[in-house]
Amino acid sequence: MSSNFDAKALDLRGVSKWYGPTCPRCREGGDTALEMNYCPACGTVFALRDISLTLYEGEVLGVVGESGSGKSTILNCLYYDQEPSLGTAFLSSFEGGSVDIFSVSAQAKRGIRNSLLGKVYQNPVQGLKMRFSSISNVAEKLIAAGQRRVATMEARAIDLLGHVNIPSYRMREAPEFFSGGMQQRVQIAKALSNNPPVLLLDEVTTGLDQSVQAKVLDLVKQIQRELGISMLLVSHDLGVVRMLADRTAVMLGGRIVEEGLTDQILEDPQEPYTQELVHSML
Amino acid sequence: MRKKLYNFAFFDEGSKREVRRAILKAVAIPGYQVPFASREMPIARGWGTGGLQITLSLVGRDDVIKVIDQGADESVNAVSIKRLVSGTTGIATTEDTREATIIQSRHRIPEAPLVEGQILVLQVPTPEPLRFVEPSEYATKRLHAEKEYSGAYLALFEEIMKHGHVSTGADHPVTVEDRYVMAPSPIPRFDNPKLNGSRALILLGAGREKKIYAVPPFAKVASLDFEDHPFEVESLVGKRCRVCGATGVYMDEIVDAAAAVYQCNDTSHCDAVLKARRAAFDGEGGAA
Amino acid sequence: MGYIAVRGGAEAIEASIERLKYMRLRKGRILEVAAIEAGMRALIDQVMSEASLYDEAMAAVSIKQAEGSPEEAVFLMRAFRSTLPRSHYSLTLDSRDMRVERRISASFKEIPGGQILGASCDYTHRLIDSVLIDESEEEASQWVADYLSPAEDDRSAVAHEALGAPLSAIDYVRALGLLRDRPIDDGEPRDVTKRALEFPASRSERLQILARGQTGAVTALGYAAIRGYGATLHPTVGELRVGLVSVYVPDPFSTSQHDDAEALGNAYYVGEVRITAVETLVPVSVRRGPDKSEIEFELGFGAVLGQNETKAIAVSLLDQCLETGEKRYATQDEEFVLLHVDSVEATGFISHLKLPHYVSFQSKLDSVRKARGT
Repeated sequence: MSSNFDAKALDLRGVSKWYGPTCPRCREGGDTALEMNYCPACGTVFALRDISLTLYEGEVLGVVGESGSGKSTILNCLYYDQEPSLGTAFLSSFEGGSVDIFSVSAQAKRGIRNSLLGKVYQNPVQGLKMRFSSISNVAEKLIAAGQRRVATMEARAIDLLGHVNIPSYRMREAPEFFSGGMQQRVQIAKALSNNPPVLLLDEVTTGLDQSVQAKVLDLVKQIQRELGISMLLVSHDLGVVRMLADRTAVMLGGRIVEEGLTDQILEDPQEPYTQELVHSML
Repeated sequence: MRKKLYNFAFFDEGSKREVRRAILKAVAIPGYQVPFASREMPIARGWGTGGLQITLSLVGRDDVIKVIDQGADESVNAVSIKRLVSGTTGIATTEDTREATIIQSRHRIPEAPLVEGQILVLQVPTPEPLRFVEPSEYATKRLHAEKEYSGAYLALFEEIMKHGHVSTGADHPVTVEDRYVMAPSPIPRFDNPKLNGSRALILLGAGREKKIYAVPPFAKVASLDFEDHPFEVESLVGKRCRVCGATGVYMDEIVDAAAAVYQCNDTSHCDAVLKARRAAFDGEGGAA
Repeated sequence: MGYIAVRGGAEAIEASIERLKYMRLRKGRILEVAAIEAGMRALIDQVMSEASLYDEAMAAVSIKQAEGSPEEAVFLMRAFRSTLPRSHYSLTLDSRDMRVERRISASFKEIPGGQILGASCDYTHRLIDSVLIDESEEEASQWVADYLSPAEDDRSAVAHEALGAPLSAIDYVRALGLLRDRPIDDGEPRDVTKRALEFPASRSERLQILARGQTGAVTALGYAAIRGYGATLHPTVGELRVGLVSVYVPDPFSTSQHDDAEALGNAYYVGEVRITAVETLVPVSVRRGPDKSEIEFELGFGAVLGQNETKAIAVSLLDQCLETGEKRYATQDEEFVLLHVDSVEATGFISHLKLPHYVSFQSKLDSVRKARGT
């Protein structure tokens, strides 16, 4: 599957997210007005500050940072789990990338979320219906996209679940009885069910055993190679990012402090924070 | 003493007008649940106050009313409602479906086909077809607005995965005019097809939940299903009414000694068939 | 077993109703409605409050007809209320403009006008008094005559004095700058008996539903809230007052705005109602900066018809719970609270389970059989 690596899959421009009333000091004061990402005058917390990012077709873009850096918030805004306070985003698969996906109707948003995006959550409870069978979980997205043939959905679900190495005798079980690693794999299968051009991965291996982590990451790598999906991969773990991401953005306090090819960033970090991160990894 | 102070059909005219306005809105938006300020009635919530408010707001001096519960005119609850309506209006009542202008029913649609000029009022316990997927009223309202019904289909899909078949009993959800998904009230699946292209107006009232909705005459009503698992009604194979001999109608199963026997659920239909058979029998000179 | 017909329903109902009447009459004693009105003040107040209909005489008849069941009596009152045309809305009542019969505060030892205990069970010992078994009317009349004799006149004087001290304990807290006041909302309130409730609900709608809620249900939820299933830990009653408020309706031919000075001048007095009003103070922590939090007091308000103190306090607690906007506990979830406290709705739906459900049961049986291939 060939990808046009020069084409954009996803483009974020000036996305900001804050919690709180804001005040003249933090609105106009610039970076110096804030303590980290927090305004001492009004108590407003800035989770994202003026984020601009481009995800190119077929690539894996890693977003790395410590907790509270805002990296998960980017995915939440894109998947409509949260609303950004400011900014625009464009998906090339939606209206040729000409319409801001934050500005469309609720129904259009559901359509985008169902068919053009896939998301794997850190906590499987958020991404799966724990009491429904794994097959039904995968079918949920197919149904939302308008599929009305049971046999078709069943076959596709079985195919995808097989692809993520869920044994067939467990496919009709509900994920609430699965191990963490298995639950993540069901999530991956579900996220891929409608062949979305963009996949969002939020700390997908955090909390899993080392060996299980490795398996899940291998799976992601394999899928990426086979299907050429563009992926936005969020993690606090540089090791994960090193393994999967072509390019990386480093976040701190809601801002992107450094961005570039993953190899370059790891070998030759420019910003003090990135240097700290890389050193702590080694 | 106080009874004499009640208006015709119990309600004051202002209240009736309000309910009729809600009904009109419901008819204009088939399958959409219209909120209305449901009044307390002399019978308890859960016992048909929604249907009753619709009936009392529509009834006029020339109307003839039939009331059934579980298909039976003589069922205790049906009798109680019939007494209340005729007691506050003085209008005629009937057990013959064809004679009635208004039919209030709990959990059945009569076997005799309804025609123009008749109104069927169904009593609804839970009007929200998505309630089991989403407990919040605020959330389900948005799902309806956005035509987001995958939750309802997912539940059916899961049943097929688990049991090989859809295993809903009564109250199998339907789509009206390809737009709103609606709970038809706990009528058996057997009655769902009667909603489609009905010549009579069908109104549904939920008093406790305070919603009125409608299926206008000749509206398209389709039970939720999948292309390869089409909607199926209850099986009537081998079922024959032991009183009137009818087949092809919804039956009550009665346990008699060891075996199960069947009887028409719609008692007035059973009577009518029996009468017709007797008349035919007598007409033929009673030959053995 | 022969032919099973669903027949005889009408006769069965007649017989059941007759038997019910028999149960009420069989002991040979008839309750006088006047006796109920005189001696069952608390039950009448509860019934009026849950029915949201202030009519002591009708409540007494309902209680008699219901043989004392609050569930049934409220049902009767509500059904009656349904038939009454609503011609006017009264002018806004300020609960502080009352002829005070009882006024206490738990937040302060002394309050302007003094703590007036009034008539309350709170200070009695709950010992069943056998004297009541043989109480005679002569003894009762004599006791009342003695109680009202001239020497005891200063009792009523205190109540009147309170009229001239409208400053409440809450005003004091407000003056100290410690009350977290909400913005005044003078918008036209929605009448929940005329317009179906939609979410999110306004504060006025919440208070209406709680005010007419089933006493037991509201009390239970209020209890849960202060036991930890709500953010309302350590509340104190700033002020509880019971008394009579005058009700005015505006001149129907007047063109002035509802509640303005001209309307007040032309209003008609239609009577007075006894209400219980409670203002509860709930301490909350408010962030003032990165390391600084301050404690302020939020106000919970409850007002109900009749003297129903427990209920009014519970309403004020739930008011505060629902106003926080958080949803950590069920008591903070307005759908959970508001949809389940109504007596007529709750008892109706539960009792509907007694209705025949054999059609849907049969349908389910069919499905189960199909799935099992039987």
